[in-house]
Amino acid sequence: MNQPKVDLSPRVSDEVRRTTCYMCACRCGINVHLKDGRVSYIEGNRDHPVNKGVLCAKGASGIMQVTAPSRLRAPLRRVGPRGSGAFEEISWEEALQTAVSWLKPIRETAPEKLAFFTGRDQSQSFTGWWAQAYGTPNYAAHGGFCSVNMAAAGIYTLGGAFWEFGAPDWERTKLFVLFGVAEDHDSNPIKIGIGKLKERGVKVVGVNPIRTGYNAVADDWYGITPGTDGLLILSLIHCLLEAGKVDLDYLARWTNAPYLVGEDGLFVKNAESQPFVIDRRTGAPAPWDGKGVQPDMGAVWEGNRTVFQHMAARYLAPDYAPEVVAERCGITAPRIRGLAAELAAAAFDTPVVIEEPWTDFRGDSHDRMVGRPVSFHAMRGISAHTNGFQTARALHLLQIVLGAVETPGSWRMKPPYPKPVEAHPTPHYTAVPGKPLAGPHLGYVRGPDQLALKEDGTAARIDKAFTWDNPFSAHGLMHMVISNAHAGDPYPIDTLFLFMANMAWNSSMNTAEVMRMLTDKGQDGEYVIPRIIYSDAYASEMVAYADLILPDTTYLERHDCISLLDRPISEPEAAGDAIRWPVVEADRDVRGFQSVLLDLGARLGLPGMVTPDGAPKFADYADYIQRHERRPGVGPLFGYRGNGEAVGRGEPNAGQIDAYIANGGFFQAHVPKGAAWFKPWNMAYQNWAVEMSFFDAPQPYVFNIWSEPMRRFQMAAQGTGWQQPPDRLRQQLRIAMDPLPVWYATSEPPGYPLHALTQRPMDMYHSWGSQNAWLRQIRGKNALYLPTKVWMAEGFRDGDYARVTSPSGQIVVPVAHMAALNENTVWTWNAIGKRKGAWALSPDAPEATEGFLLNHLIHELLPPKGDGLRYANSDPVTGQAAWFDLRVRVERLGPRDGSEPAFSALAGVPVADGGRGA
Amino acid sequence: MTALPVRTEKALGLVIDLDTCVGCHACVTACKGWNDQGYGAPLSDQDPYGADPSGTFLNRVHSYQVAPPDAPPQIVNFPRSCLHCADAPCVTVCPTGASYKRAEDGIVLVNEDACIGCGLCAWACPYGAREMDAEAQVMKKCTLCVDRIYNENLPEEDREPACVRTCPTGARHFGDLADPDSDVSRLVAARGGFDLMPGMGTKPVNKYLPPRRKDAAPASPLAPLLDVQATGFAGWLDRVLGRL
Amino acid sequence: MNPAPSVILFTVFSGLGFGFLAFLGLGVFVPSGWVAFLFWGLGYGLAVGGLLASTFHLGHPERAWRAFSQWRTSWLSREAWASVAALLVLAPVALSDWLELGWPRAFGWAGAALCAATVLCTAMIYAQIKAVPRWNDVVTPVLFFAFALTGGAILGGPAWVAAFACLGLAAVLLWAFQRGDGRFAAAGETLASATGLTHAAGVFELPHTGGNYLLREMIFDVGRKHAAKLRSVAVVGAGLLPAAVLVMFPVHPVTVALAAAAHLAGALAARWLFFAEAEHVVGLYYGRR
Ligand SMILES: Nc1nc2c(c(=O)[nH]1)N[C@H]1C(S)=C(S)[C@@H](COP(=O)(O)OP(=O)(O)OC[C@H]3O[C@@H](n4cnc5c(=O)[nH]c(N)nc54)[C@H](O)[C@@H]3O)O[C@H]1N2
Ligand SMILES: Nc1nc2c(c(=O)[nH]1)N[C@H]1C(S)=C(S)[C@@H](COP(=O)(O)OP(=O)(O)OC[C@H]3O[C@@H](n4cnc5c(=O)[nH]c(N)nc54)[C@H](O)[C@@H]3O)O[C@H]1N2
Ligand code: SF4
Ligand code: SF4
Ligand code: SF4
Ligand code: SF4
Ligand code: SF4
Ligand SMILES: [Mo]
Repeated sequence: MNQPKVDLSPRVSDEVRRTTCYMCACRCGINVHLKDGRVSYIEGNRDHPVNKGVLCAKGASGIMQVTAPSRLRAPLRRVGPRGSGAFEEISWEEALQTAVSWLKPIRETAPEKLAFFTGRDQSQSFTGWWAQAYGTPNYAAHGGFCSVNMAAAGIYTLGGAFWEFGAPDWERTKLFVLFGVAEDHDSNPIKIGIGKLKERGVKVVGVNPIRTGYNAVADDWYGITPGTDGLLILSLIHCLLEAGKVDLDYLARWTNAPYLVGEDGLFVKNAESQPFVIDRRTGAPAPWDGKGVQPDMGAVWEGNRTVFQHMAARYLAPDYAPEVVAERCGITAPRIRGLAAELAAAAFDTPVVIEEPWTDFRGDSHDRMVGRPVSFHAMRGISAHTNGFQTARALHLLQIVLGAVETPGSWRMKPPYPKPVEAHPTPHYTAVPGKPLAGPHLGYVRGPDQLALKEDGTAARIDKAFTWDNPFSAHGLMHMVISNAHAGDPYPIDTLFLFMANMAWNSSMNTAEVMRMLTDKGQDGEYVIPRIIYSDAYASEMVAYADLILPDTTYLERHDCISLLDRPISEPEAAGDAIRWPVVEADRDVRGFQSVLLDLGARLGLPGMVTPDGAPKFADYADYIQRHERRPGVGPLFGYRGNGEAVGRGEPNAGQIDAYIANGGFFQAHVPKGAAWFKPWNMAYQNWAVEMSFFDAPQPYVFNIWSEPMRRFQMAAQGTGWQQPPDRLRQQLRIAMDPLPVWYATSEPPGYPLHALTQRPMDMYHSWGSQNAWLRQIRGKNALYLPTKVWMAEGFRDGDYARVTSPSGQIVVPVAHMAALNENTVWTWNAIGKRKGAWALSPDAPEATEGFLLNHLIHELLPPKGDGLRYANSDPVTGQAAWFDLRVRVERLGPRDGSEPAFSALAGVPVADGGRGA
Repeated sequence: MTALPVRTEKALGLVIDLDTCVGCHACVTACKGWNDQGYGAPLSDQDPYGADPSGTFLNRVHSYQVAPPDAPPQIVNFPRSCLHCADAPCVTVCPTGASYKRAEDGIVLVNEDACIGCGLCAWACPYGAREMDAEAQVMKKCTLCVDRIYNENLPEEDREPACVRTCPTGARHFGDLADPDSDVSRLVAARGGFDLMPGMGTKPVNKYLPPRRKDAAPASPLAPLLDVQATGFAGWLDRVLGRL
Repeated sequence: MNPAPSVILFTVFSGLGFGFLAFLGLGVFVPSGWVAFLFWGLGYGLAVGGLLASTFHLGHPERAWRAFSQWRTSWLSREAWASVAALLVLAPVALSDWLELGWPRAFGWAGAALCAATVLCTAMIYAQIKAVPRWNDVVTPVLFFAFALTGGAILGGPAWVAAFACLGLAAVLLWAFQRGDGRFAAAGETLASATGLTHAAGVFELPHTGGNYLLREMIFDVGRKHAAKLRSVAVVGAGLLPAAVLVMFPVHPVTVALAAAAHLAGALAARWLFFAEAEHVVGLYYGRR
């Protein structure tokens, strides 16, 4: 018998359609293979800038998502009590009429009574525009509970942030340091990047209490104690300053280090009320942006010292010596000094030089580009703490003193960034019945006068964003909406409209309490939060808590726009945006949410959504994507405008989406030669950015080591200025709004010795991965990982459960031992636990019986301070939810057969059922 | 056909870099996705949305705790699939000839039409590389994507295994390990690639690259310009800026 | 390893069957007429029944015929040939005994040899598997022979031979248990050799929280806790008890039946342990054995 013949060249599929993945927010390009009209296989798009052909575990499981039994089937109206999950299917006409009958009266009387918040949404420029037209101040996306600290600290300091808005120079960097990242939004780009470093044998350093994933492959691991990164970073800066290992030229030219700080802590200004510098050549004042000026950071003028001197004086102080901070950070002094030395060596001993002449905004020309090949990335590990904003500022300061931002080998921003604070809007919040909001809801405040406060000093927004409690809450505080609405503080609302956020489960703190708030009734027997509209694509936990469900399509069944106005797919050397388009027809009575929102807008007669004669202006979202103009010639997509040739600016083009499809679902415009580095100061880039429509005039600026906006709030806290914070917040503001990066301890409740954290599994996306038959086989339950010290002390054994107690709650969960873990930290995977009956999983699914959330232990409020007021468990600067401040204690229980709390099973809502292979 | 070929012209296989693998499981689902619609019967799942989901996968990613005596504890991720052994016991034990090793490239395959589902090959494999499909009742294993690597319907660049194509970190490499000059052979030589359970005498073709030495002793600390506390801030400032 | 009933019944009954047939073939005593029909029928019944049981273990029994194709390399294939050959070659002998044709016994001798070969092949199916160190050892063929011989002797041999065989089997079992317990360690495979990670300290996370074929089939560790009890059941039931019965009671069909019943019970227990106690090296990857 001889070897069988194998068909080595089987036909792979009938057709390949290229669109954008949405198994997570990373926006990779995918090739969707179709056989007889059905999805047969999904692979990465090699030409795509984000993933260059690769896919993660989620993306490669997309076929199980678009066929999941949990897909909603048709609009739903609640029939049973809220939270029971009892619904009846209704027609779209009925659903939309119901929504209009709720929303129209509010708009005409009190638009703020609508609170519209969106979660994992990638159309915030659109949903925000809709909310603005409606006129409610109560709009935001999920950034507030996500990582606004990282975003805001980046914008206020560098004019650009980490997230996916910047990237290390993977090809040239010689040392990469990762602070507090398990996965992040740039899932595949970071993995691709780490792969490149490994290929070149470049050292990767992980600073993280937990050593998994990226930190597991890191060549060096700093198992820091949670909440102390700011202290570690400032200590590194201490070491660098002490040794004079800072990039003085960079500091003098590209940052506000040479600005003079006056008595009041604001910059000394000239007649044109511009900050100025002292020119080393003349010793006299000179404009900060003057040609040939050589700013002198050593200058003292009329007794006023430079920012550089203030900075150096502060961080050279003994309080920041490694020997002093070592114990707090859980890292020995020699290790800290060692890291500082490695940073200095990589930055200054082996600079990267690119032989490209360029001209800066001062008109000075440079014949080459010299860079510091040290790069950093950081995310929620440092931001999801109450000291996260200042910690992120500290990290940016470290980058700056090393000259490691926007220089070859370091870290660069992706267009449309860099973009200074000045180029961002300020918050708009004044609701006028029947009228749109004057401007965008979210922005970057420069001073107390821009806070979203009513005349009586109370919060204008339901989430209390942009108040003295958290002045820089640039993304709002989604985690406070339900709690505040329930408390009627600052005021009650009528309709809560949520999109794509599982607020009744994994995206809320204090989950059980949130479920109670959503179902709580007043004396009148009415729900305290009268109406809830929700759009989801799947039978999530939140669905059960809404009155009206607007079922969305899955990501392969609709149009989407990944826009430069929002969260684009740019690279440091190219601007890029992308679309999704229906590569398969929805087989259910569902509609793309954005199209539904436009329909609602038209029915409500919202400006911009109706023609002069009151007819709907846009047929659907696709039509909007092509025809909407934010500013003349500037729309959601920047490619193929006008006649199809125009890029950035140009008339709407009816063939635009087709052009995108033909191009693989995305468009890229490359940064011109000589403009790819030093972008904030590089005129070649600035002019290109204007051409591309990122801004209407060049926006050169210097990095803010000293933050004037912060100082303005600190001054107010110290009693100056006509706008004064409530006394209860003065102390907090004085500390938190320090114009130079500081570190302060997060709350340390006695009796709770352990830090409790969560991490993103690389193979799951929040709550929505568990409905995927492939992914749930990989990770269908989670355990709490305990460090050796705790494991031994409590005498834990495999198979044990533990009672985990925090100041606000208690859970009973399975545990496991992990040695590569900070000795005072316990952790688990995020959002694996599910509510019984949700996601079309059988009620005895392991996700529901053994799986668990830490959220039950986290309270959205800090413990009462006795003044009867409610203080959010959030960063005092931005309002970022402090998920990782959680402190717990752990007791051994021995074997058990299920986790607690165990909630009653939700009635299965009507879903598509079936499911591939089921 | 279960006599092993005396020698194979090529020895195609994978080289997996344990220093780079972040344990993302992308190769796991990419493999499932391709092979679910590719060679032989689909890879079925049982009780997919129930209490005890289980299914056929040809590639699994483990994760181990490592405790070096002289360094902090580590975690190492460890992908596991068929190693396409030169002395493949799974082949010789097969009573039907369904299990065989291709003479041209050394790929070990199962001819599902001839497989009686006795499971003996899975017993014989020390590495757990074979899983009987509960629905098709035939033995499933990594095919090295034999229906991709020569597939004329795929663009040249895509003629590599699905798991290799998708691996975001590039921890998986595919090539001919019989050719000493191939990239994979060079990589193995350079990085000290090794066999799994050499004691089993299976002579695996696939090789694993060890994690590099981690947590090196700290670099020597930076020398202060001068004793700031003693000379004071002004002294320090002159010293720093003097060097401008 | 998963002690699948089909495989236990297959090995136990075919072993017993071919053992008995061997004795009949050798003509240790020559039954005639209906007695012969009964004896030969029992022998064939056990052997064929066992072989049939094995097919229940197959995913595709309808393709079982293919198992004859690989006799050059596969012990399972060889077993198929040997068993069929044995059954065919013994047929004329059986016929001659039944109809008292008095044909020469040469076929009987050959058939007995083929029965032995069949038992050897069955044993080698397991003994060849390096990945299961407990099996991969001389004890396996010795054990299978001991069972076939003992079973055959009880049914078809002189009482004293059977009694001695029983005692021998008991000894072999004890030896097999004792030897088997050290095999995995002796094979020298560890998590470190399985992963190449010198300082591997244990599993952090399994590759899947859901189940799979490997966990069901090769990493079966359920019921091992009963091992000690079952071991004594095996030794007493398969060896000591039948030996006692055979020496204490007069030679009589009932005595033989009693002895055989005890032996069978012991054999089944022993065979359950043979699988359940066998640890596959793949368990190392899962931190289990
Ligand atoms: N303990 C703890 N809790 C956390 C975090 C943590 O680190 N630890 N992280 C927090 C952070 S940063 C975030 S961002 C939140 C995330 O939490 P969420 O914002 O709730 O994110 P998901 O749970 O992924 O999904 C929200 C909902 O979107 C739905 N959905 C999925 N696809 C679609 C679609 O195409 N259309 C529509 N309309 N809906 C869809 C899903 O079904 C799900 O119900 O969790 C927060 N919660
Ligand atoms: N696969 C997958 N990818 C995702 C998501 C997902 O659910 N799944 N979610 C997306 C979303 S919404 C977000 S916001 C991003 C978040 O991406 P990440 O920022 O990676 O967020 P987490 O997964 O919460 O990881 C936080 C990390 O910080 C560490 N950490 C916690 N506290 C500290 C500390 O005090 N100091 C230091 N140094 N480290 C600390 C934790 O150990 C953990 O490794 O991921 C996005 N990408
Ligand atoms: S990272 Fe994975 S899930 Fe997210 S978009 Fe990319 S492929 Fe899809
Ligand atoms: S895809 Fe690559 S990095 Fe991810 S688990 Fe597989 S081998 Fe490791
Ligand atoms: S790994 Fe296992 S299945 Fe693959 S060839 Fe080697 S023995 Fe056979
Ligand atoms: S299961 Fe199939 S391939 Fe494996 S040994 Fe049996 S017949 Fe051969
Ligand atoms: S080579 Fe192909 S079959 Fe083998 S593991 Fe990789 S993807 Fe799976
Ligand atoms: Mo997030």
